[in-house]
Amino acid sequence: MTYLAGEGMCGGYGGVDILHQCSIGVDKGEVAVVVGPNGAGKSTAMKAVFGMLELREGQVTMDGQDISHLKPEQRVQLGMGFVPQSANVFTSMTVQENLEMGAFIRRDDISETMSGVYELFPVLREKRRQLAGELSGGQRQQVAVGRALMTQPKVLMLDEPTAGVSPMVMDELFDRIIEIARTGIAILMVEQNARQALSIADRGYVLVQGRNRYTDTGTALLANIEVRKAFLGG
Amino acid sequence: MLIDLLNALALIGNFVVVPGIAYGSQLALGALGVTMVYAVLRFSNFAHGETMSFGAMVTILVTWALQAHGFGLGPLPTALLALPVGMIVTIGLCLGTDRLIYRYYREKKAVPVTYLIVSVGVLFFLSGLIRFIIGPKDQVFADGERFIMKARAFKEMTGLDQGLAIKTSQGITVITAVVIVALLFWFLNRTRTGKSMRAYSDNEDLALLSGINPERVVMITWIITGALAAIAGTLYGLDKGYKPFTYLGLVLPIFASAIVGGVGNPLGAIAGGFVIAFSELLVTFAYKRVVGYLTPGDWVPDGLVQLLSTDYKLAVSFFILVIVLLIKPTGIFSGKTL
Repeated sequence: MTYLAGEGMCGGYGGVDILHQCSIGVDKGEVAVVVGPNGAGKSTAMKAVFGMLELREGQVTMDGQDISHLKPEQRVQLGMGFVPQSANVFTSMTVQENLEMGAFIRRDDISETMSGVYELFPVLREKRRQLAGELSGGQRQQVAVGRALMTQPKVLMLDEPTAGVSPMVMDELFDRIIEIARTGIAILMVEQNARQALSIADRGYVLVQGRNRYTDTGTALLANIEVRKAFLGG
Repeated sequence: MLIDLLNALALIGNFVVVPGIAYGSQLALGALGVTMVYAVLRFSNFAHGETMSFGAMVTILVTWALQAHGFGLGPLPTALLALPVGMIVTIGLCLGTDRLIYRYYREKKAVPVTYLIVSVGVLFFLSGLIRFIIGPKDQVFADGERFIMKARAFKEMTGLDQGLAIKTSQGITVITAVVIVALLFWFLNRTRTGKSMRAYSDNEDLALLSGINPERVVMITWIITGALAAIAGTLYGLDKGYKPFTYLGLVLPIFASAIVGGVGNPLGAIAGGFVIAFSELLVTFAYKRVVGYLTPGDWVPDGLVQLLSTDYKLAVSFFILVIVLLIKPTGIFSGKTL
């Protein structure tokens, strides 16, 4: 049984389905990557798993429990962390305040988690008194991931964490994501940079028009001739 | 001559600087209320002037009761003793209108312009209610010592021809404003709840993802707004006398203050309050006697050397508002978030 799984999900906006029997999932300590062409429903699938999209069919389970009816806030309480693609930091607040807000639901001491985040992203410790809106794109993404980690989630969902950052920063971010997964957190992410993302993925999902086209390990997908031809540019 | 220069300064101090600081503080407190509602609930609350009036009215009623029973604060106005009651009742009013009216539109996810119209409805309702309870006339409720420094005392002290008077109400206004602003900034920047309000104002969706409860943020916003409104309304009434009608006229300079500073930004609200207050006073002040001190005797013109009659002081707010919206619509501090 996969730890977090959306199974046979159908749904969309305003009566038109975007997802058709789409299934994605991830286990603890794993990195699962969802790739596919533009408009494949990658982000929609993530939203569906997180509860930001009402499902017409299918269900979402976590740790064997059906959580399909829960609101996003309630899923956060259960241990899901979500990093949206855009507007994912509080721009008018300092880096440290962003992290504090990430831990808003916690009533215990958060200083240990915070120093954990600073160890993972040392540059944030230096900039902790700076406004998040004044940081570079890559640093902002680090704040966004750090904010989500502050709840000590069991599952971390990332919607295109490397959108708009330079290739060097991207490699760096992927390294950090693997590090996070090593601590036992399940990571489910959507990526545009399919080749790099699949190379770190334990599971890969290729979506096309809201349907699962290929599902395999990241390495197997990278080796698959059809996947390479159609989605990875040869 | 140095003495003439000092006399001119005393004249400007007495008629522009001192009243400007007091009026600026009142506008700043009012604009803070408007800005808080805008930053969190994202609409322009036109009922804020009437909310201030309501707060002042409750304070006045309690003041009368206290005065009737012989309670007082000696040299300070009894209204200060009654103010906490006014604040609590006004907070109740704000929470009540939110519960009965604004919450319905929030659940319907109404657009800001709907809220604006709704707030105009609240404005009319409140102004009717206030006239029912206390009537439309002027009310006297200030007591205690009227002046911190009388004009004559200043003249005797300095030997100048011109006096510089500071009213007790002006002193209280400024001190209260400083304390309230300091408390508000401490709350917003240092406390968990205050930070969660800023977070909600910055990015609603992300605040929700972080487990911040929007209804709680809205509730705290109304509590702060109600308290600010009661304080600002009472201070204004103490300084200029209470008359329900004047509070309707206050809405324009208050909004101008909030927008000039950058709506949604508390720092901007304060700066805007002083910009508007001093502009009004400087444009409507009659400079004739100042010119008299600064030029040889026969240069003084027959006219008052007044740019605009005080009857038109609202036009100053309007004018500044239009200029700001044309040139820098986001205001001095580029508002939008707390």
